[in-house]
Amino acid sequence: MSDHIAKAYDNDISALKTQLAEMGGIAEEQLANAIQSLIRRDTALADQVIRGDELLDNLERRIEEKAILTIAKRQPMAHDLREIIVAIRVSSDIERIGDLAKNTAKRTHAISEALPRNLSSGLTRMGKMAQTQLNQVLNAYAKRDDEMGLAVWRADEDLDALYNSIFRELLTYMMEDPRKIGECTHLLFGAKNLERIGDHTTNIAENIHYLIHGKTITEARPKKDMTAMMRPSDE
Amino acid sequence: MYMDKQITALITPSAPRIMAERQPRIAARDVNIYYGEKRAINNLSIDIPDKAVSAFIGPSGCGKSTFLRAVNRMNDTIPSCHMTGEVRLDGKNIYDRDVDVVELRSHVGMVFQKPNPFPKSIYENVAYGPRIHGLAKDKAALDEIVENALKKAGLFEEVKDRMTHSGTSLSGGQQQRLCIARAIAVNPEVILMDEPCSALDPIATARIEELIDELRQNYCIIIVTHSMQQAARVSQLTAFFHLGTLVEYGDTDEMFTSPQDKRTQDYITGRFG
Repeated sequence: MSDHIAKAYDNDISALKTQLAEMGGIAEEQLANAIQSLIRRDTALADQVIRGDELLDNLERRIEEKAILTIAKRQPMAHDLREIIVAIRVSSDIERIGDLAKNTAKRTHAISEALPRNLSSGLTRMGKMAQTQLNQVLNAYAKRDDEMGLAVWRADEDLDALYNSIFRELLTYMMEDPRKIGECTHLLFGAKNLERIGDHTTNIAENIHYLIHGKTITEARPKKDMTAMMRPSDE
Repeated sequence: MYMDKQITALITPSAPRIMAERQPRIAARDVNIYYGEKRAINNLSIDIPDKAVSAFIGPSGCGKSTFLRAVNRMNDTIPSCHMTGEVRLDGKNIYDRDVDVVELRSHVGMVFQKPNPFPKSIYENVAYGPRIHGLAKDKAALDEIVENALKKAGLFEEVKDRMTHSGTSLSGGQQQRLCIARAIAVNPEVILMDEPCSALDPIATARIEELIDELRQNYCIIIVTHSMQQAARVSQLTAFFHLGTLVEYGDTDEMFTSPQDKRTQDYITGRFG
């Protein structure tokens, strides 16, 4: 797209892009560390994640202020307007992803014992998948690549499926040994957080589509999170 | 649609909502307008819906005002100007030989960029048109027409105690509303506005915009404006002109959020080079 007649307008919009890229990078790091802290029961790393969340909160606020000021000054139209609205929405999704990473890290303190091996590998896989989804969707946003965003949007059901299996597994552990219920609940919330992060990546993908085409995605997103309907007797 | 000749401009979206909801009042087909050798309007065809505001936007010299003036034959007054094609008002070509131009202009009123009240009293400014067109049978009827027109223009309360004062003694915004009252006093079907707010401050502008919004319940309004925000605020249909060509037109909501043509997009986002 060609430049605006008013150079400062281009600067306003590119400042938003830069801040969002920065925010995305921090969120990726926070997520990676949160997953590591939970799986390795590394409380020092967990504390680092908890402290780091403030950075994301501040960036979100700065992006929002910049976006509002740009709307007030420039009365953006068409693609410019979408660019700014989408920046607000994406920054809010990234901020929520940061909160979920922080919440996951917090639970590290409540877990005293090493995780059973297959649970740990399940969570590791889920963590990797959530990280890949986040990484891909941020790249898609930076490149304005709708196809790449849609791939993330569709792949979210795999994350849902993995969450289902971890949910079942944790339920089994809890039934076998009620003393583990406390710990298992924390792990369950940790897994749920990763699943929610996946949902935020699909929001971002939807916004990329809107940014490029000016239309919302009309097809229904495939979903495989069935845990809302599950009962222990189903096991 | 009155005629089925091809419309060449892009239509956004392909079936505009406003076209489905309203009857067309004006239909222009294959309009070419020349100033001497220079072609100012290039093969233009468009339907303008009734009881709605249509905004013409585009950079200076794009032909939007030229086309606007073709709708009440104001271009007839420019000796070097000639035109081909048709402009139909309710199905009747206004360029037919049997059309009385004075009569036509009572159906198609016009408001200009700079408020231009007659150097007469406020009352006379509004009464002049109905009187020459013989719309009032006596003084009481004329008083009523004047009062109604001033009320519709949102000016009556401000001037009712000084109807004999000169029209030029009013503020700029009031003068423009007086000109609108003068235009509607002769019961037009169409009101053309050529940048009606460009000489007004933001408050007077807001009042005129509010007035336009009320008037569209009863009239077919076309407004030429340089303010894209104004076009977005007041109109239901927006038409984008560039270098004498109607590039794209359609529902205002879509034109300002998802225009199809790159030239439209560049213009409304402030990228026009």
